Amino acid sequence: MAWIDKFLDFFKRSEKATPQKDSKAIAKQLAMGKMYARDRVNYLLDDDTFQETDLFVEHTGKDFGLDKKYLPADGVITGTGTMSGYPIGIFAQDFTVAGGSLGLMHARKITKIMDLAIKNGMPLIGINDSGGARIQEGVNSLAGYGEIFYRNTLASGVIPQISVILGPCAGGAVYSPALTDFVFVVDKISKMFITGPEVIKTVLGEEITMEDLGGARVQTEITGNAHFFAESEVECFEQIKELMSYIPWNNQKKAEPSTPKLPKPVFDVEKVIPAEPTTPYDIRNIIKSIFDDSKFLEIQEGWAANIVIGFARLNGDTVGVVGNQPLVLAGVLDVDSSDKAARFIRYCDAFNIPLITFVDLPGYLPGVDQEHAGVIRHGAKLLYSYSEASVPKLTVILRKAYGGGYIAMCSRHLGADFVFAWPSAEIAVMGPEGAANIIFKAEISASEDPDATRKEKVKEYTEKFANPYVAARNGHIDAVINPNETRKYLIHSLKVSGSKQEAKPFRKHGVPPF
Amino acid sequence: MKEDNLIRLVIDDTKYQTTVTKKYLSRKKYTPIDPDIIITTIPGSIIDIFVKAGQKIKKGDSLFILEAMKMKNEVKSARNGIIKEIFVSRFSQVAKGQILLRFEKE
Repeated sequence: MAWIDKFLDFFKRSEKATPQKDSKAIAKQLAMGKMYARDRVNYLLDDDTFQETDLFVEHTGKDFGLDKKYLPADGVITGTGTMSGYPIGIFAQDFTVAGGSLGLMHARKITKIMDLAIKNGMPLIGINDSGGARIQEGVNSLAGYGEIFYRNTLASGVIPQISVILGPCAGGAVYSPALTDFVFVVDKISKMFITGPEVIKTVLGEEITMEDLGGARVQTEITGNAHFFAESEVECFEQIKELMSYIPWNNQKKAEPSTPKLPKPVFDVEKVIPAEPTTPYDIRNIIKSIFDDSKFLEIQEGWAANIVIGFARLNGDTVGVVGNQPLVLAGVLDVDSSDKAARFIRYCDAFNIPLITFVDLPGYLPGVDQEHAGVIRHGAKLLYSYSEASVPKLTVILRKAYGGGYIAMCSRHLGADFVFAWPSAEIAVMGPEGAANIIFKAEISASEDPDATRKEKVKEYTEKFANPYVAARNGHIDAVINPNETRKYLIHSLKVSGSKQEAKPFRKHGVPPF
Repeated sequence: MKEDNLIRLVIDDTKYQTTVTKKYLSRKKYTPIDPDIIITTIPGSIIDIFVKAGQKIKKGDSLFILEAMKMKNEVKSARNGIIKEIFVSRFSQVAKGQILLRFEKE
């Protein structure tokens, strides 16, 4: 064959493997308001940096007529590229090819890029848009899923893994995203569930739409399965780029520092926080008043909103922020908020991101539903992950820090490197009302005017314990600080504990209360 | 999550002003389990009944066959007792949480 013929053959084969943009299937994809897989990849990566792998891979299915079918690129685009100049691995399932269904070779293309990402310490972004297992390939398709899950687990805590749900992701397929660090969903496009509406209707007689069962809102507000919600794919891709700007490329690295910036002066710490401990405020305004450029990338904003988690920068360096949110459920800890914070703490610890915790909580949420949902087991995750974390841990107590909640929110006792309290802090076993009712129960009930006696006793307790000085006297906190100097204290503390070393007893791994 | 729809949440006798989540509002109120009734845990159909009202039952006795999720599930008694009333007949369709049987009060 002459050179020219070899080239023509190469062009012909490449063209066959990359469907033309005017094809019917792609038009259908666009009509659903979705982007085409290749466009998604190119949008996410730096311009002209996508280098494709395995374009010519073909499926190995022999049954049910599959042997006569050619599936371009076997329904998944894989390769590498750069983001902000740094290399990443990426795959995007192509719904226009056999519904993006997953067969063995489709899966092997994905696992090849996963292995490459793990070996080279680069993040992996997976775009999911698939009808599920390629049923004609039978158990081979299940084998493919299993090989992906195994690598998701191996890569966990080694490289960042990002899942983007841009279409259906149902049945076993949902477990790959569930094993990754951050899941992005888009309104009306993302659908995730284990068993779909039809099965639920047949078995249980319950009728529900796909959207109400596992749409983007459900996954970000009810289940907590997803971390970021966007109105459109473009918005979603911008969110991913923003997240990537905060995190390190692997567990051996630190996040790239940015130019330090002062917070915006509009956020004034003293104006945000009400003096009365029962009056709410938005903790995010406190966070913004302290960190660089008043920027805060909130994670899981819509779920368990009684705790706030996310990334910010302190004097240019990425930090993980956890804060009770008095505006929602008075900022209590409960099943969901403990789960939410605990997983985030483990992420930060795995990727060398210091933790900064803001405390203002009345304790745990009372209720039969909470107890029966296992708030003991779930709440324990928070204690476990804070205690286990060996990154710098800084804590600021703003107002209330009562009882078990005080201990759980990265207290000195769980290994915080520095604990500061504002003059408005109240560090005690419980709030004055509850405490007075217990301690002075006999006196109150024996009194001629129980209400007056109760008020008097509440006042007595408040004066004695509702302050940070009892804890300060015992060395449980390091300093009572002027709120306006919080940023200064945190910057210095991070400098001090930035390269701390702690010896821990040998173990294979702990047994956290999953 | 707007500050204008604040409610009061009581924790350790202190009333906090705050907002609540949808999930908190839709939580189910606790009702104690009634030991005198047997209810279905899955929907399906009753394809066999082995007992009658007035009959004395021992813990572990077979009461019904409930066909659900393509399985013939044997419903056994979790206690001793005398059957006061049976609420279903053979081949009746049952929903999740439906009462099948009531025992006499112990």
